[in-house]
Amino acid sequence: MPRLSATARHRVAFTLNGRPVSLEAEPRLLATDALRHGLGATGTHVGCEHGVCGACTIQIDGAPARACLTLAVQLEGRDVRTVEGLSPAADRLSVMQAAFRRHHALQCGFCTAGILISLDAFLREQPHPTEDELREVVGGHLCRCTGYTPIIRAALEAAAQLLDAPPLPEPAHV
Amino acid sequence: MRPETISWTGQSVERVEDAALLTGRGRFIDDLGVRPGTLHAAILRSPHAHADILSIDSTAAAAMPGVAAIVTGRDLARLTTPMVAGLKVAVENWPMAVERVRYVGEPVAIVVAQDRYLAEDALDAIEIEYAPRPCVVDPLASLGADAPVLHDKAGANLVSDRCFRYGEPEAAFAQAAHRLEVSIAYPRNTGAPMETFGVVADYDPHEDAYEILANFQGPFSIHAVMARCLKVPGNRLRLRMPPDSGGSFGVKQGVAPYAVLIGVAARLARAPVKWIEDRLEHLSAAVAATNRVTTLKAAVTSEGRITALDWDQVEDCGAYPRAPEPATLYRMHGNMTGAYDIANLAIRNRVVLTNKAPTGLVRGFGGPQVYYALERLMQRIAVTLGLDPLAVIRANLIQRGQFPYRTASGALYDSGDYAKAIDLAVADGRLAELERRRNEARAAGRRYGIGFAAAVEPSVSNMGYITSVLTAAERQKAGPKNGAQATATVSLDPVGSVSVHVASVPQGQGHRTVLAQVVADVFGLSREAISVVVDLDTGKDAWSIASGNYSSRFAAAVAGTAHLAATRLRDKLAAIAASQLDVAPAQIGFAGGAVFATGDATKTLPFGRVAALSHWSPALLPDGVDQAIRETAFWTPPELAAPTEDDQVNSSLCHGFIFDMAGVEVDVDTGKVRIDRYVTMHDCGRVLHPGMVEGQIRGGFAQALGATFYEELAYAYDGAFLTGTFADYLLPTATETPDIAILHIETPSPFTPLGAKGVGEGNCMSTPVCLANAVADAIGVAELDLPLTPARIAALVAAAEPARPASDGGRAAELGAARPGDRTLRGEGQAKVAATPEAIWAMLLDAEQLASIIPGCHGVRKLSETHFKADVTLGVGPVKGRYKAEIRLSDLDGPKAATLTGSVSGALGTGGGSGRVILSAGEDGLTVISYSYEAAVGGKVAAIGGRLLDGAAKAIIAQFFAALARKAAPAGARTGFFARLLGRRG
Repeated sequence: MPRLSATARHRVAFTLNGRPVSLEAEPRLLATDALRHGLGATGTHVGCEHGVCGACTIQIDGAPARACLTLAVQLEGRDVRTVEGLSPAADRLSVMQAAFRRHHALQCGFCTAGILISLDAFLREQPHPTEDELREVVGGHLCRCTGYTPIIRAALEAAAQLLDAPPLPEPAHV
Repeated sequence: MRPETISWTGQSVERVEDAALLTGRGRFIDDLGVRPGTLHAAILRSPHAHADILSIDSTAAAAMPGVAAIVTGRDLARLTTPMVAGLKVAVENWPMAVERVRYVGEPVAIVVAQDRYLAEDALDAIEIEYAPRPCVVDPLASLGADAPVLHDKAGANLVSDRCFRYGEPEAAFAQAAHRLEVSIAYPRNTGAPMETFGVVADYDPHEDAYEILANFQGPFSIHAVMARCLKVPGNRLRLRMPPDSGGSFGVKQGVAPYAVLIGVAARLARAPVKWIEDRLEHLSAAVAATNRVTTLKAAVTSEGRITALDWDQVEDCGAYPRAPEPATLYRMHGNMTGAYDIANLAIRNRVVLTNKAPTGLVRGFGGPQVYYALERLMQRIAVTLGLDPLAVIRANLIQRGQFPYRTASGALYDSGDYAKAIDLAVADGRLAELERRRNEARAAGRRYGIGFAAAVEPSVSNMGYITSVLTAAERQKAGPKNGAQATATVSLDPVGSVSVHVASVPQGQGHRTVLAQVVADVFGLSREAISVVVDLDTGKDAWSIASGNYSSRFAAAVAGTAHLAATRLRDKLAAIAASQLDVAPAQIGFAGGAVFATGDATKTLPFGRVAALSHWSPALLPDGVDQAIRETAFWTPPELAAPTEDDQVNSSLCHGFIFDMAGVEVDVDTGKVRIDRYVTMHDCGRVLHPGMVEGQIRGGFAQALGATFYEELAYAYDGAFLTGTFADYLLPTATETPDIAILHIETPSPFTPLGAKGVGEGNCMSTPVCLANAVADAIGVAELDLPLTPARIAALVAAAEPARPASDGGRAAELGAARPGDRTLRGEGQAKVAATPEAIWAMLLDAEQLASIIPGCHGVRKLSETHFKADVTLGVGPVKGRYKAEIRLSDLDGPKAATLTGSVSGALGTGGGSGRVILSAGEDGLTVISYSYEAAVGGKVAAIGGRLLDGAAKAIIAQFFAALARKAAPAGARTGFFARLLGRRG
């Protein structure tokens, strides 16, 4: 990585949800601020800014990461995925998103993006998850509304659906 | 009339809110764009629990890049007046410290800059000189005559003391077979929504008008408080709310003081200003539920029947009794007898201030504090009298035939069948299963317990209940307060589509979905055809003081009012259609998107055509119909009357019922409690959306689980705030939150339009005490305070620790015995220095010498022979910061002994301590320096780095003496063996 000057802005280029993006960033700019305010990808939320709550979780080269503990310049050249990149089309929901809606697995929806991102990454590695495993994964996130059980139910159902056959995408608008 | 083909209300349909939230298209406050030129605020906060602000020097900060304005308490005092509270007391409720700080985390200055990064940079450059005062954090200590007084004009920290008496409590106690009591110290906790506060404010100097966007939740009685504080009429404070809000649980009522602060910042910066709170700010200073000390006594018959209750509640509202406080203490006033038929009641309510963050709305709002005492008492009655706990609950229940039931203190319970609810909860072997599991566990030597709790869940608050804190005479003078105005607007556009708007400000509850269901049913339309808007703008939407989203009022009040508005509009449409179809209005039906004459299939009109008629053809409106375009309904229940002369108050409109039952097992080695089974039975009247009701119950249960086992906003005895991160303030995660069994019984409320009652808060009231009762049953203890951390449980069940060795105890006493919540760092040590005591003595009194000894020192100024000031850079773990240090020498006994008292303060926190240094001549010309110290650290450093402090203090002190030894030793002696001369312990 090149040496960066603390006082200068640097061009950072990476792939966001499959599209090339770039912005000017001071070295201290957080990835959350770069995504949200620099690029307008406000689906990633900031809940604690110290890495505990998990609301800001994004995928960097496929691996889940806390965007609040990541600097924007660390995204240089990476493949970044956020909640905006999870659904198959603008008016569709992914299998997991549809399961969340069916099971009332969200209320205020502030923490949801991070949970979806973590589950997406986990199910790629472990397509046959047990409930305990899913509780561990979701255990890396704080949700203050749902009491978690509906999230686990949704995740179990979506995992089963994804195994069977990718079902028809559902319309986002009821 | 043709039967309506679909009834949406009561179905668990998918939420209209979800698609946007699931795909990252939510519109939370920080997701919305701002006007070009909008500046960003960062807030500097007090590191002291109690101190005078001697000076604020913002010269350097103001000169930093991008800084537009710096706002201090002085500016605030010039442009605003203190916020009014519910109490008539001489306390100035400033939203930012004016001349004095009274809790750690209190705002002291605001930097407004081009971006948040630059604003935070400048915070570090503001120099504030504080003169610390003694502080008090314990509510009972704060009542003491010698307690430091927070607000001088109030004269004492006790700001309200009211006694209430209903029936003949004294006689009942005198005649009672048994008198029992419980004492509870209920801790501070909070709702901790995942989204923090946010405000974007703008000010128009020509109209003297503020426009403020905030994720405020209500109640909108606080709008009046804000406008008055900003010194503008209500119509010059336009308050808007974003479409989405990331949870609140009551807490976002606390945005109000920040709406004022950022409004003032925008005025001074002459530009729009945005502020998003961070998590440390939120935990330390947003809103806490009150901590409360309660003594509850009962007069009881031999059969376990309660004939009287006597409550003594000491409510801790923190440093300022901020509106709507002391509402937490009075919200439950009508239902202080819970689910029980108890005619005699005495209550003493005291409100006390302490050096902690102000309190406010938190889910449950007064219920957790009350039911923890009441239901612990029920269990204690059973244990003490040798009765079955469930039998004691049953013996005291209000019976079905008694509804509507007037409680001793004036609540009118609308409906219920408590005995049946309990019967259903324990039926189907649910209780038998718990008992079987308990028997098996105990037979195997394990600690298993069963707990119960019954609670009446109030909802739809009477805006007048808070005035119970005033005497009848004071109330008379102020004018009666009562009611709970709800409002909803239903409108039809020129193509006949239906829109709904309510003043309810949801934070994730799914109001748009439920309102669409309710209104669709009224018009016989599909729910998808109804558009619902819930973001609120006080400048143009209908609202009133009770607007907002709190006291579980949505289903009972707001959805019902939407139904009312829709029904009015439908009746007008029926009149229009009747005129068009030439039939009687009573014949008109609405279903399947059509308006038709019942019994005549030829007479049918599309809904849209009838609905649009008022726009296109007002000449066709029949007599008596002005328009059918827009109906705004206001609804306030007549049952919510003002408090009576004798202090009876119907504090809430609806009273749901909860009965919980739990089986837990306690691990005696670790103190960990495992929830084996949890059953919760609810009566929330008519259920409008079962899925959302289940969501409310599960979410409330999870928060209650946190309150029971993990969560406490903890303070050290010196007022330092200790739980500023989610690594310190622990919320339950998916791995700690068990699945629960949820049961329902429906007794519709006769007082609400749809028969619904609130449901969102119940488990926050019932679950902590149900689990505590189960733990008490498992380990056989009488006194049990929350949170039930493993350490606390282990201490209760473990065998006594062996006594400390005598020598050790003596040393502890010498250094000051540890107090509860004590975060004091203590230590002692010895250093040997190759210099005479006189030489060392001279160094301690020499500013320049001190400068070279004090770790990280950038220069010492000598203010007097014994008083020095210095700038130092200190690091605690990863947190390194610049501090102002002050050192005083006292009790001088030269060249033998001196006391050094020092303090440091900086943006990251404060520290203070004192140490006694004794110099004695040793062998070989060495001087032995013995020292002992006590130190405490506060501010940000204490809130986020508490675990690191001990080691850091020892390292810094060691550095000091190492430097002293190095410096004092004559040049020849300062060789490699110096390190060996420095002995240190402690």
